[in-house]
Amino acid sequence: MEKIIVIGNGMVGYKFCEKFVAQEASKNFSITVFGEEPRPAYDRVHLSEYFENKDAKALEMAPRSWYEENKVDLITNARVTDISRKSKTITTADDTTYNYDYIVLATGSSAFVPPIKGIEKEGVFVYRTIEDLDATMNYVAKLKAEGTQKKAAILGGGLLGLEAAKALVDMGLKTSVVEFAPRLMPRQLNTDASKSLQTKLEALGIEILLSKATQQITGEEKITGMQFSEEETTPFDMLLVSAGIRPRDELAKTCNLEVGTRGGILVTNDMRTSDPNIFAIGECALLNSMIYGLVAPGYDMAEVAVAQILEDKEAVMPSAIDMSTKLKLSGIDVASFGDALNENNGVEIVYENGYEGIYKSINVDKEGKSLLGGIMVGDASDYSMLHQIFLNGMKIPENPAELILPATDGAASLGDVTDLPDEAQVCSCESVTKGQICSAIENGEATDVAGVVSITKAGTGCGGCKPMVADLTNATLKSLGITVKDTVCEHFDYNRQDLYKIIQVKGYTNFNQVLDNHGNGGHGCELCKPLIASLMATINADTANKEYAIQDSNDRFLANIQRNGTYSVVPRVPGGEITPDKLIVLGEVAKKYDLYTKITGGVRIDLFGATLNQLPHIWRELVDAGFESGHAYGKSLRTVKTCVGSTWCRYGMDEAVSFGIELENRYRGIRAPHKIKGGVSGCIRECAEARGKDFGLIAVEGGWNLYVGGNGGATPRHAELLAEQIDNETVIKYLDRYLMFYMRTAKPLQRTAAWQERLEGGLDYLKEVILQDSLGIAADLEEEMQTLVNKFECEWTQAINDPEVMKRFNHFVNSEENDDNLVFVPLRDQKMPEPWS
Amino acid sequence: MQDILQQYKTTKVEEVTVWFKAAAVKDFPKDGGACIKYKNKQIAVFNFTRENKWYACQNLCPHKLEMVLSRGMIGDDKGTPKVACPLHKKTFSLENGENLNGDLDAIATYPVKIEDNSVYVGFSE
Ligand code: SRM
Ligand SMILES: Cc1cc2nc3c(=O)[nH]c(=O)nc-3n(C[C@H](O)[C@H](O)[C@H](O)COP(=O)(O)OP(=O)(O)OC[C@H]3O[C@@H](n4cnc5c(N)ncnc54)[C@H](O)[C@@H]3O)c2cc1C
Ligand code: SF4
Ligand code: FES
Repeated sequence: MEKIIVIGNGMVGYKFCEKFVAQEASKNFSITVFGEEPRPAYDRVHLSEYFENKDAKALEMAPRSWYEENKVDLITNARVTDISRKSKTITTADDTTYNYDYIVLATGSSAFVPPIKGIEKEGVFVYRTIEDLDATMNYVAKLKAEGTQKKAAILGGGLLGLEAAKALVDMGLKTSVVEFAPRLMPRQLNTDASKSLQTKLEALGIEILLSKATQQITGEEKITGMQFSEEETTPFDMLLVSAGIRPRDELAKTCNLEVGTRGGILVTNDMRTSDPNIFAIGECALLNSMIYGLVAPGYDMAEVAVAQILEDKEAVMPSAIDMSTKLKLSGIDVASFGDALNENNGVEIVYENGYEGIYKSINVDKEGKSLLGGIMVGDASDYSMLHQIFLNGMKIPENPAELILPATDGAASLGDVTDLPDEAQVCSCESVTKGQICSAIENGEATDVAGVVSITKAGTGCGGCKPMVADLTNATLKSLGITVKDTVCEHFDYNRQDLYKIIQVKGYTNFNQVLDNHGNGGHGCELCKPLIASLMATINADTANKEYAIQDSNDRFLANIQRNGTYSVVPRVPGGEITPDKLIVLGEVAKKYDLYTKITGGVRIDLFGATLNQLPHIWRELVDAGFESGHAYGKSLRTVKTCVGSTWCRYGMDEAVSFGIELENRYRGIRAPHKIKGGVSGCIRECAEARGKDFGLIAVEGGWNLYVGGNGGATPRHAELLAEQIDNETVIKYLDRYLMFYMRTAKPLQRTAAWQERLEGGLDYLKEVILQDSLGIAADLEEEMQTLVNKFECEWTQAINDPEVMKRFNHFVNSEENDDNLVFVPLRDQKMPEPWS
Repeated sequence: MQDILQQYKTTKVEEVTVWFKAAAVKDFPKDGGACIKYKNKQIAVFNFTRENKWYACQNLCPHKLEMVLSRGMIGDDKGTPKVACPLHKKTFSLENGENLNGDLDAIATYPVKIEDNSVYVGFSE
């Protein structure tokens, strides 16, 4: 039996083991793996997720039991310190020696920390391991406990740096990215693409400082700032260094293996080092004078090493290695592939739309026959397809510009996924081809995306190919005559629209009727229950009090649950107009119940920190003073934001407040697939940000312009113009139709913007339905809406007047006591829940 | 904070030494849950009216250690009765406490019996 020693249990070291034990011939070998980290290999690519969920187990490549089951001897917490090639042994930090026949070096890399004066100060971190993240998070928690706004810097504006910046912003720090080069992601993007990306990042609240050479880190023991030049020092409370990687070749050096002048263990394309019994794979290996800092090439190297050890001498790395990348930042699309920076002087084609923040460039060969590379910022939805065209050398359109121009007439100019050749590599991390995906379905091994993923492993690496895997799965199912349905959950074989019709036609009035007659048995779940609750509300005008156990958690208690299980109280303030007396009532109630008070982004007042027991008492006082529920908890109308309009403003063209109040009162309480917000501005200066709302009105000469389908949030979108210069009555008519049409046909939790975007036929079709009544349903839509408007009842008024409903608000059913687990800490002159540990 | 987690240990029917009379059946919502206090413990009790089954578990969600599970929505995952935490929708089996959509530690579960329209929860101390 021959003995293999793998040094390094990172992503690539693990992949080597996985691929090795899968081979029949592996039973003639024994494998021992040494890992310096305390835990088995984990998915470093998705490390940032740890910031959100602190769930190290979720990142594990395989549990410890996997190693046992596959007879891989895993020794963690063990650093290998020496290799003796003469005696064919290795030594670990605790001075134990082991024999080997083969060594696989998979030692990865470490974060590069540039030798800047003061970089060793407290408060400076790197971003490579779970322990690094723990240390960073502890420091952030310490800073935040001090109460004032803290500032963090990221050194390096590359792929990892931007990911880290997003994580720190999400943790509530003011964050700046400091980059030495004059542009972001200098290895993947050109200057124009970088500018476009910069605008997007700034919109997320990330400051971008380019062309900055850091001279020194200032501060006594702790970092207090960064000095860029003699005149310029910027204060920072912490620094995360993400300035590149350095291959870990120190072991190779101890035994005189050849290494590159700038680091990295020299290997040939069979992954052997200068000693044929020693292999190096992953980020420690220097192949073609390059360190490949991505997992996909590392996995390929692992495969080559496995084959070589098993005597398949033909297996070598290809001469061209794909370095395409897609940034994993929610809400920001950035991708590059092939010769992105056009270093081979191809013909460049650029599409730029400053208005929507989109930049795309591709370069093609002089003959216009093949795609050489490209960049996309702001819209990378075609990345997978373009990447495939590039990888497979597929034919491109006669006018290559069509590859990046927005599609006209709804017809996509790009090829269909089904046009890809069978050998096209869809998932480069796991080397899964289109053929493998399709045959998994054709053989009946998988019947949906989840099945395909578990059988082929496609999409389990960086995840970038998931949309394409889904498209391929659906297309294959379709070609087999299997209809793909977007069912609600395991309890129903229907989608929202089907259930809408079923409930309407059958006249059901409670959840059990629907489940018993049309479901698959069981009890329902957190997906179908709130959905059916919402449908009952739309169809029967039921309030959340009717069947409270099927309501989403916030609707059930008519309030938004907060971090510590207390609730917020948001009374409706239609149009944002409020009398001084009512304002005083809010102040007095807040004081009496010691509630944290804040003006919301929806221009009304939110009182936070009410316990369950307090809610009805607080609301009784508010209802008595003339307030009603603000439905901040419901998938329903939130606010109609207004500007003062012609009432006060010297530019106002119409009474924005009066109309805003009328609209807010008209649609309040109505349940929809998602929340709805409105805005009314008195003139085109647009102070009410109406175009950022689901519906928006702007007063113009001769009436209102009506815009629909806008939102803020992670994917901001401006609303589109539906009708121009219409009077108040027509606005209401069109809005009734529009909202009701949306409520009838959207998917669960789909906001108007997303619904409208996916509506076949687009805005033109919408105009036909709403303005020209092409479906002949306008009168029905108006009538349904009017019924809902007439049936409106304030849920909180209902609740406090019904003793049965009131019982819902006790923390315990068998005691008057309150939750004794609650801890508040002071915050400025108010309070907040104790931070989560 | 971790110490409060230590207070909750799964109790099997055969280990019960005290059947605590918590409240009347009618005090619990149909197909929903409510919280009871036993000594210094907070216990979530769920009424699966559709099959006339009852379950109990710790009220403390192991994700962020908040006392909220009784306010979560109940349902089933391929037949296993479960509760979804109202804060981040982590779901737990009410049969054995296992976290069904993640890798959190299992929650403690307790036996429930109904006698004379009263709900009893079983404890071993
Ligand atoms: C309180 C408030 C922040 C503040 O302190 O100002 C707030 C707080 C919450 N927002 Fe918001 N949003 C608030 C204004 C906004 C705004 C600004 C606005 O309305 O003009 C936006 C962007 C505009 C928009 O919606 O398009 C906004 C976009 C979101 C989103 C993203 C929606 C999207 O379509 O992408 C979410 C997430 C969601 O709903 O799925 C969200 C979700 C939430 C939730 C409900 C998250 C949650 O489930 O706990 C927060 C709890 C509210 C509560 O009362 O406990 N909030 N949220 C604001 C309440 C407004 C109000 O009076 O009702
Ligand atoms: C935050 C972040 C995001 C990333 N995002 C992407 C992405 O989107 N796409 C992408 O393709 N790549 C991404 N990467 C890069 C990717 O994670 C690496 O390419 C991959 O982890 C390399 O695997 P490896 O096994 O070579 O090295 P590593 O995963 O670093 O593993 C090496 C292991 O060897 C151990 N070791 C080293 N020396 C010794 C010794 N002497 N004895 C014992 N053990 C030793 C180390 O402790 C480490 O555990 C990202 C990396 C980070 C940090
Ligand atoms: S939108 Fe017009 S009317 Fe309204 S405040 Fe601004 S300038 Fe005045
Ligand atoms: S606190 Fe329960 S899921 Fe997060």
